[in-house]
Amino acid sequence: MKYMLLIHHNPNFMDDPPEPMDQIGAEVGRLIEELTASGEWVGGEGLADASQAKVVRVHDGLPAVTDGPYLEAKEHLAGYCMIDCDSLERALDVAARWPDARWMGIEVRPVMTPGGEEM
Amino acid sequence: MSTEELLRELAPRVLGTLVRRYGRFDACEDAVQEALLDAALRWPRDGAPDNPRGWLFTAAHRRLIDELRSESARRRREEGLAREPPPGAAAEEDDTLELLFMCCHQSLTPGSQVALTLRAVGGLTTAEIARAFLVPESTMAQRISRAKATIRAAGARFAPPAPEALPVVLHVLYLIFNEGYMASSGAHVARVELSTEAIRLTREVRRRLPDDGEVAGLLALMLLTDARRPGRARADGSLVPLAEQDRARWDSAKIAEGVALVEWSLASKPGGPYQLQAAIAAIHDEARTAPETDWRQILALYEVLEHISPGPVVTLNRAVAVAMVHGPRAGLDLLETLEEPLRDHHRLAAVAAHLLEMARDEAGACAAYERAARLTTSTPERRYLESRKAALPRFGAEDERK
Repeated sequence: MKYMLLIHHNPNFMDDPPEPMDQIGAEVGRLIEELTASGEWVGGEGLADASQAKVVRVHDGLPAVTDGPYLEAKEHLAGYCMIDCDSLERALDVAARWPDARWMGIEVRPVMTPGGEEM
Repeated sequence: MSTEELLRELAPRVLGTLVRRYGRFDACEDAVQEALLDAALRWPRDGAPDNPRGWLFTAAHRRLIDELRSESARRRREEGLAREPPPGAAAEEDDTLELLFMCCHQSLTPGSQVALTLRAVGGLTTAEIARAFLVPESTMAQRISRAKATIRAAGARFAPPAPEALPVVLHVLYLIFNEGYMASSGAHVARVELSTEAIRLTREVRRRLPDDGEVAGLLALMLLTDARRPGRARADGSLVPLAEQDRARWDSAKIAEGVALVEWSLASKPGGPYQLQAAIAAIHDEARTAPETDWRQILALYEVLEHISPGPVVTLNRAVAVAMVHGPRAGLDLLETLEEPLRDHHRLAAVAAHLLEMARDEAGACAAYERAARLTTSTPERRYLESRKAALPRFGAEDERK
């Protein structure tokens, strides 16, 4: 079962990190290493600062590009990762060990699967 | 027989012989996998060798010895390996079952048991398994290598299969089958093949344990379920409920084989959970039309199943049979007992929705379909549940007016 872990930050996270950034980075690195070794890591990335976000909307067939919706927001998506594990409990355990779970929290979302049971 | 089929059949036999001789499951498995890749390249080009098993054994053996030698050189203890006997002809024992039991070792998670079984016993490549489970190849490669390291650390030995471990093996085969069966459409061929693979491996187990009722029951359950595959999905991948499937499209050969297995196992063995589920599947498969389904007998079988193997999902299935025999209200009453154990399970809401629809409670059915659609993580199920909701007499019409 695949789960998406969504990592949220508040806008000053990078300016005023709650813990030294190199420690956070090392903690994330160890966790990714462990998930890679166990064969549960599917992928994930950190996102560039929210100030660089753009939004594309198509009106009458023409794309219009505006700055992202995050400048005024109290939290924004800072990164994501996808894991493939045996249970929701395991996904929640992994999320709890992600350093950001100590601050804004980690959102855990099951990923839709293409198969299904007939009823 | 295609090269691929031949290799999948030979893989566990060659691996079994090596593991029996050298122990070291992990190193043997690597060697066989490399030999398989080599054969998959050469045989289609140069033609299959006269003795494919001998060829594969020799190729794997050579790689294993190279590996063990370089390892032992690293560790400076060559004395044992220098005395290894020459490969000679591959012995004819069949160790498939022993391998299966090793791959389903209790130290592994179900996901790892499945992956390792497919590679070591099924002879699938890591890339094929990764495609089937929709994960990157590197993820699957890690999972398999971790599983092998775990087995090694747990000190799993190549030993005659322990009867108490058989249920785990059967469950792993069942999981593999289900992964494949759930994949409904042609877009996921790699996944669909998992069902075929699970049936093949279960046949292998049955060949070794022909008197076991549950092995026969599981094989029957797989055949009787797989027989309905051609009718269960439309070309666009959307699901067709059992009652609406075109039964002419079901695979009658698989049904006949499954029914014969069920009859044999129920007549001669105490009924275990797989046998009972197979018996239920057989009743569905043998009904010429949905209304001709013998629900009374299905209900009786679910009662026995619930008695020997109780659980909320069994009760949920029994509720459907209760509704078909005694009316939807009786089924809904039974569902109330499942509110707690299956609270966030989409199937409880889906069954409730169908029974409420049967009871002509459109408002209740509408809410339950909506809830089920929100809870499922399966795209085709969600589409199906949404379409049922939209087709409800009053509420569907109202939706369209919006």
